[in-house]
Amino acid sequence: MTAQTQARVAAHPFFAALTSHQRALLAEHAGPHSFADGDRVFAQGAAADRFWLIETGSVAVDMRVPGRGDQVVETLPAGTVLGWSWLHPPYRWHFGARARERTEAVVFDAAAVRQRCAADPVFGYAVLACFTPVIIERMQATRLRLLDLYASPNEIARAEAGQAGGQP
Amino acid sequence: MTGSAQAARAVPADPAVPRFYRVVSRREDTYDTVTVELAEPTDPLPAFAPGQFAMLTAFGIGEVPISLSGFGDDGDGLALRLGHTLRSVGAVTRALHAAGPGQLVGVRGPFGTSWDVPSAAGHDIVVVAGGIGLAPLRPVLLAALADRSGYGRLLLLVGARSPADLLYTDELHDWRERGVEVAVTVDRPDNGWPGHVGVVTTLLRPARVVAEQTVAFVCGPEIMMRYAADALVGLGVPAKRIRVSLERTMRCGAGWCGHCQLGPLLLCRDGPVVTYDRAVELLRVREL
Repeated sequence: MTAQTQARVAAHPFFAALTSHQRALLAEHAGPHSFADGDRVFAQGAAADRFWLIETGSVAVDMRVPGRGDQVVETLPAGTVLGWSWLHPPYRWHFGARARERTEAVVFDAAAVRQRCAADPVFGYAVLACFTPVIIERMQATRLRLLDLYASPNEIARAEAGQAGGQP
Repeated sequence: MTGSAQAARAVPADPAVPRFYRVVSRREDTYDTVTVELAEPTDPLPAFAPGQFAMLTAFGIGEVPISLSGFGDDGDGLALRLGHTLRSVGAVTRALHAAGPGQLVGVRGPFGTSWDVPSAAGHDIVVVAGGIGLAPLRPVLLAALADRSGYGRLLLLVGARSPADLLYTDELHDWRERGVEVAVTVDRPDNGWPGHVGVVTTLLRPARVVAEQTVAFVCGPEIMMRYAADALVGLGVPAKRIRVSLERTMRCGAGWCGHCQLGPLLLCRDGPVVTYDRAVELLRVREL
């Protein structure tokens, strides 16, 4: 850990709710990381052993679809966190991620953070409380997109008629 | 006819009687959406303000409410030209969508409340648009750009279904050139889409909205507006400085028939633009 890393963790909004001591503990497992435009940050199915605070740039979360390539499902801008598959078994990435531009981040050793969370439940709860709102926000956003709110009423009617017609 | 003569004729507008306007231009914005310009009125209506709407008649088919998407005042307090962006979703809008230059269209209005852009003078303007909700918000940007020094930052956050569904793509570029901070996100990117992917509320935090300086204008599907307004409130923007454009079944346009009732509001008269502090509880009532 360097003082510079500690300052970068403290400056990032994602862990703003932690105490300075808790942020300092986290920073012990952190370091700087840069991605060039197009760099793959992680691949679907690989070990989820890190997470990142995005400071500048942006990252696309994607999924490989046979015949269609890597389909972007969401982009994450500066100021947010990338990666939470390290929180729960099987500790594998459910999606992939790729930098969409030059991106600066702080990377964390997820296994070390997890061990510290397990050893210190107060610290662990505080860290989890930072992740939970993001998880909820992204789940709600996904549900909203499932509603396809911008679709033409004609298209929705056709889809519903198709569904009705397909039922026995 | 002189301007003063036109003004004299425009005053006693009977809200129930359509005036004749002619389609003078038609621009295809997307596969199902066009922007038509109406002009050459036989008897001009009073000027429209941004946010107000007209009842447009496709003769022999029916009438629909369509918000103003361009300037609605060409001087002397008269609506000599009207811009409307409309999506083909039913019999009337299909007919209006197909209307080419020269065709007559019936117009009633102006109806309802406006965005009241001048009251945001001195503040940052944050425009949050979802889908075709960008159309009623376009006059907000045009008005702010016409008096650029009167406002702080101009931010436009746009959510669309896909890149092909984006409205006013040429103008988005132009607005950026003129200093508007434009951010666009889509739900369904194509493989060449270089921009954001996700819901429009995800654009708010990176936009670094300064809550105490912000007046927000939000339009889109009702659920999108609710989430966007709640996100703005979460950032500290007071609900009374968030304006949303609501819609129910607009019929008479003059507060007579009650079809557009939302609790204590008749949206054709007391809306469509209302501040979020008035709308927030009403939008949570399932029966409304």
